[in-house]
Amino acid sequence: MSGHVSPKSLYYSIFGALMVLTAITVFAAYVNLGAMNAPIALAIATFKATLVVLFFMHVRYSSRLTKLVVVTSLFFLAILLGEMMMDYASRGMGVVLPTLQ
Amino acid sequence: MLDTPKLPERHYLNNGHGLKSWLLTKDHKRIAIMYLISISAMFLLGGLFAGAVRLELMTPEGDLFLADTYNKMFTMHGVVMVFFFLIPSTPAVLGNFLIPPMIGAKDLAFPRINLLSLYIFWLGAAFFFYALFAGGVDTGWTFYTPFSSFSSNTNVIPTALGAFISGFSSILTGLNFIVTIHRMRAPGLTWFRLPLFVWAHYATSLIQVLGTPVVAITIIMVFVERAFGFGIFDPTRGGDPVLFQHLFWFYSHPAVYIMILPAMGVISEIVSTFSRKTIFGYSFVAFSSLAIAVFGFIVWAHHMFVAGISTYSALVFSFLSFSVAIPSAVKTFNWAATLYKGAISFETPMLYAYGFFGLFLIGGLTGLFLATLGTDIHLHDTYFVVSHFHYIMVGGAIMGYLGGLHFWWPKLVGRMYSEFLSRVSAILVFVGFNLTFFPQFILGYMGMPRRYHAYPDEFQVLNILSSAGAGVLGIGYLLPVIYFLWSLKRGEVAGPNPWGASGLEWQIPSPPPTENFKVQPVVHGEPYEYTPHVAREANLV
Repeated sequence: MSGHVSPKSLYYSIFGALMVLTAITVFAAYVNLGAMNAPIALAIATFKATLVVLFFMHVRYSSRLTKLVVVTSLFFLAILLGEMMMDYASRGMGVVLPTLQ
Repeated sequence: MLDTPKLPERHYLNNGHGLKSWLLTKDHKRIAIMYLISISAMFLLGGLFAGAVRLELMTPEGDLFLADTYNKMFTMHGVVMVFFFLIPSTPAVLGNFLIPPMIGAKDLAFPRINLLSLYIFWLGAAFFFYALFAGGVDTGWTFYTPFSSFSSNTNVIPTALGAFISGFSSILTGLNFIVTIHRMRAPGLTWFRLPLFVWAHYATSLIQVLGTPVVAITIIMVFVERAFGFGIFDPTRGGDPVLFQHLFWFYSHPAVYIMILPAMGVISEIVSTFSRKTIFGYSFVAFSSLAIAVFGFIVWAHHMFVAGISTYSALVFSFLSFSVAIPSAVKTFNWAATLYKGAISFETPMLYAYGFFGLFLIGGLTGLFLATLGTDIHLHDTYFVVSHFHYIMVGGAIMGYLGGLHFWWPKLVGRMYSEFLSRVSAILVFVGFNLTFFPQFILGYMGMPRRYHAYPDEFQVLNILSSAGAGVLGIGYLLPVIYFLWSLKRGEVAGPNPWGASGLEWQIPSPPPTENFKVQPVVHGEPYEYTPHVAREANLV
């Protein structure tokens, strides 16, 4: 397909970054950050996934159509998570409904 | 009168003989035929399970099967029909066969992946057959947790893996179509000159590619939950069984559109051809396919109104669900407007299209009953729901599929079937279908729940009507097997374009040669160009 060739050094440095981020994830797991525990772990994971997609999967050098495909997938993922969270976030909210006796 | 048409000397059916030439083919047409045979066998199997269910329900007592056996019967009916018949039906058979010739291409973009998708489908089916012979499964085709992950002692894992594997077949077909439609259109065939069948398949493919991975992962979650006790859906360990329903319906609601959108594409072609008119509102019909594909992804929780989701989200999902009615209505009104002042004729494909209109209309409108929060609480898990989705999936999707099969059968095999028998079959299907499922609306409204093998005496009359209808429907479905097989050897030779239809696929011989086109076609005109000249010619034939 598209013939972009990246220097090997780039792949090694991305690999290094992924390793460092993995180490940070493991480290963060041992530190209690309270409510931020999950968001921080997810943020690091998302950043790592972005690196993989952009460089290892060559999306950074791909055509606009390929980028559109990636963005579309993220959009549908956002629908899945967003609408699901809409349910979970409002579970506790009391709405008084008439009940049958 | 023109000379009697002759079959071409070389075509895809006689280009290579023997089993190997079929099993190793890369020809999209041969792969489509193998899909046709495979899913027809699955349809027969699913139909037998349905027959067993209807037989049990003829009497109020549960006297034919034990309750557990009955659970397995309707589960396997659902699994076979959804995963191994409806999802592949129109795309894998008609889409596979027709998209390349419709866009002036020699094959799909990835012929080997196309064959791979068929093998993956067979592998998935093999898992299902293992589950079947090992004693079946009783979770319902939806595999709801915690029953599937915790309680059921039947073959959940092999069945779910069968569905998981066949999902990849669906993804590969969708991917193939998307790339083919983007990259392989003939010169001059711009996006807005594409047949609406192709637009519908493009929208379907988007759903297949975007939605199927989610259900695949969800099935794997049930697998690890059941096999290794992960606790994702187990509230005692911080999980949530309703999460399964969210993830499952995120795919499985759009999956309904995987079934119905290609059928809508078929109907657009048939309506235009048999009313000898260009389709009314081409771009609206094209974009409504995409709108259905996108809207279909934002409405899933209407399956879960009484499952414990929050009231606020139920309100939002109810509102959003109504939005799907808009593009569906756009299509229906445009088809009606296409018929207006057309030179309508009533060949078999058109009879199926008319059947589709009526049944899809009822199926779609009763969907609104269920999208309404208040009525859904009354109707949820009753026969009303069963009837509603059969009107869409059988009345809509299968009517479209059968209409398409009758429309393009002369292209597939080069010969015509018996017009008389096929009209009888179309009418039997329509009458039998309504007799089967209309009483179920009433039963559901009266409060008969789904999934029970016994019921109170007062429901018997309607249940007998429904079972009798299933018999008529069964005959309606068996007839085409007979006259299609008969037509293979004895049918009248069809010639390239027996219906006088527009579209590139009708300009090549029937059956087409392996490479479809001897020379690369170039498109100059708009789609659905029906002139009085074409109409006259068609009437002569």
